[in-house]
Amino acid sequence: MQFKFTQENLDKVNDVIKRYPDKQAAIMPVLWIAQAQNRWISNEVMQEVAKVLGINPEEVLGVVTFYTMYHQKPMGKYHLQVCTNVSCMLRGAYNIYENVKKNLGIENMQVTADQKFSLEEVECMGSCGTAPMIAVNEDYYENLSVDKVNKLLEDLKKSI
Amino acid sequence: MEKIVLPDIKDLHLIEVYIANGGYTAVRKAFGQSPDDIISQVKKSGLRGRGGAAFSAGLKWSFMPKTTTKEKYLCVNGDESEPGSFKDRQIFEFNPHQLIEGILITSYAIGAKTTYVYIRGEYHKWIKLFEKALSDAYQNGFVGQGMKEKFGTDFYCDIFVHKGAGAYICGEESALMNSIEGKRGYPRVKPPFPAQFGLWGCPTTVNNVETITNVPPIISKGWDWFAKIGEPKHPGTILFGISGHVNKPGVYELPSGTLLTDLIYNYAGGVPGNKKILCVIPGGSSMPPLRGDQLEGIKMDAESLKAAGSAIGTGGVMVMDEDTDLVKVLARIAKFYYHESCGQCTPCREGTGWLLKILNRILRGEGSVNDLDLLISVANNIEGNTICALGDAAAWPVKFMVMRFRDYFEERVKKEIKLPVANKVHSMRNTAFPLSEIKN
Repeated sequence: MQFKFTQENLDKVNDVIKRYPDKQAAIMPVLWIAQAQNRWISNEVMQEVAKVLGINPEEVLGVVTFYTMYHQKPMGKYHLQVCTNVSCMLRGAYNIYENVKKNLGIENMQVTADQKFSLEEVECMGSCGTAPMIAVNEDYYENLSVDKVNKLLEDLKKSI
Repeated sequence: MEKIVLPDIKDLHLIEVYIANGGYTAVRKAFGQSPDDIISQVKKSGLRGRGGAAFSAGLKWSFMPKTTTKEKYLCVNGDESEPGSFKDRQIFEFNPHQLIEGILITSYAIGAKTTYVYIRGEYHKWIKLFEKALSDAYQNGFVGQGMKEKFGTDFYCDIFVHKGAGAYICGEESALMNSIEGKRGYPRVKPPFPAQFGLWGCPTTVNNVETITNVPPIISKGWDWFAKIGEPKHPGTILFGISGHVNKPGVYELPSGTLLTDLIYNYAGGVPGNKKILCVIPGGSSMPPLRGDQLEGIKMDAESLKAAGSAIGTGGVMVMDEDTDLVKVLARIAKFYYHESCGQCTPCREGTGWLLKILNRILRGEGSVNDLDLLISVANNIEGNTICALGDAAAWPVKFMVMRFRDYFEERVKKEIKLPVANKVHSMRNTAFPLSEIKN
């Protein structure tokens, strides 16, 4: 699928480029802008990012595949990130993770059939003092229990 | 007790509240002195880095070349990905202007015109909060071109936020610089150190968020005031993030040298159900774990923890009660480093995978006593044989946990192993080695 930055995002891209002495440095922020627009980083997005920055697409590919937060496939509308690292694990994160899997019927890095939910087991999110936690897209939900998670999932299922 | 980094002032994140409480006066005072003066004051204050290595901040600044035609840069490390650490987000949320003021003073001291604040990508909320504070500071002329008019100096500097994208390794200073340059977060071989060859080959200083936030009070109240707080060899307060099996997990700002038992029982409210403590990791998951029955008298500062056989790290304390499955914890830690190894160095790339495989084998009940020695051997072959400290960070928890909890792990492999008694080779039934191996 063809990808072009919207005019508004193109302005943002040009603004970001000015922060760095060379254009390659803008790869990460520009990819963030692209992902906000397209929801995931396709080959076409990488081509376009490379074109806008005047660099090789391979450079962009190298960055996209190194960092876990750039999605290399379309994820759900609600991308659930469950931390299972030590501090969360000690407070029951695996119960929550298994519960989310059961509730949605998907495994790690899978998307539900209606494209609404996707699940990712993530490393420490810096919520150790408010563990366990789930991040839904960009928002943290902290101090969770299995009941609270089920409630959260029901609310998300109802929303459009 | 005085708090330096996170004072109890309501709405301190607002610029008007920060100014009303004496904010942005330290930077004015700093501009009245020479950069060398500032560096020497920070050096004398004894301020040590809060990002893990506890290196003298003033000494680090003094490595920046005085005469150079190149640009100079400051990077502020807010990657905060060490499991068990959640302190920097408190600064972004509750005291962002003190961080900004610290950046201004540091930039002036080392002569940097541009600062990049590297914040991990997961911290969307805190990036927004910090960017709001930053734009207020810009509008009020505290940052950028406006500084010339505001402070009546020739010096001015810019601050930009660089958002990470989910890579633990970018908390390593040279990987962080590569990440800012738009490359994969591969650590660089040192030397050359960042002060000689940093961002785009220019002199660069990388400091942790908490370290920089400590700078304005040192300038306004004096280095001698700061040097008197807490332990003389590691002065100041430290943000301790305590998590795991405690009643009141959270971030506590306490003088360095606070007793670990005080932190756990008095501040964090003790262990739920009054259970005994089995294990404590005192400085984030990379640091050597301590036995729960040997916590008495351990002080929380770099030197004391070193003497106790661990390290202060990021001050992220993880507490595990007596019912914790340590094998599971260690396997989870190993999984983390296996996932986060950047893959440049063979010992780390392959070794972390082997640590995980062996630990999973023990977890499945198929481990043997030999596996414990094997774990230590693999860990020893990673440690010190890699470009950056991630290798050490992966090796330490495994090596020290197995060594310090040898009884626990031996019990575990003995209890669950299917062929229980070792070294009785004459009886094929009673051997710890798989039968297939013996036939060969």
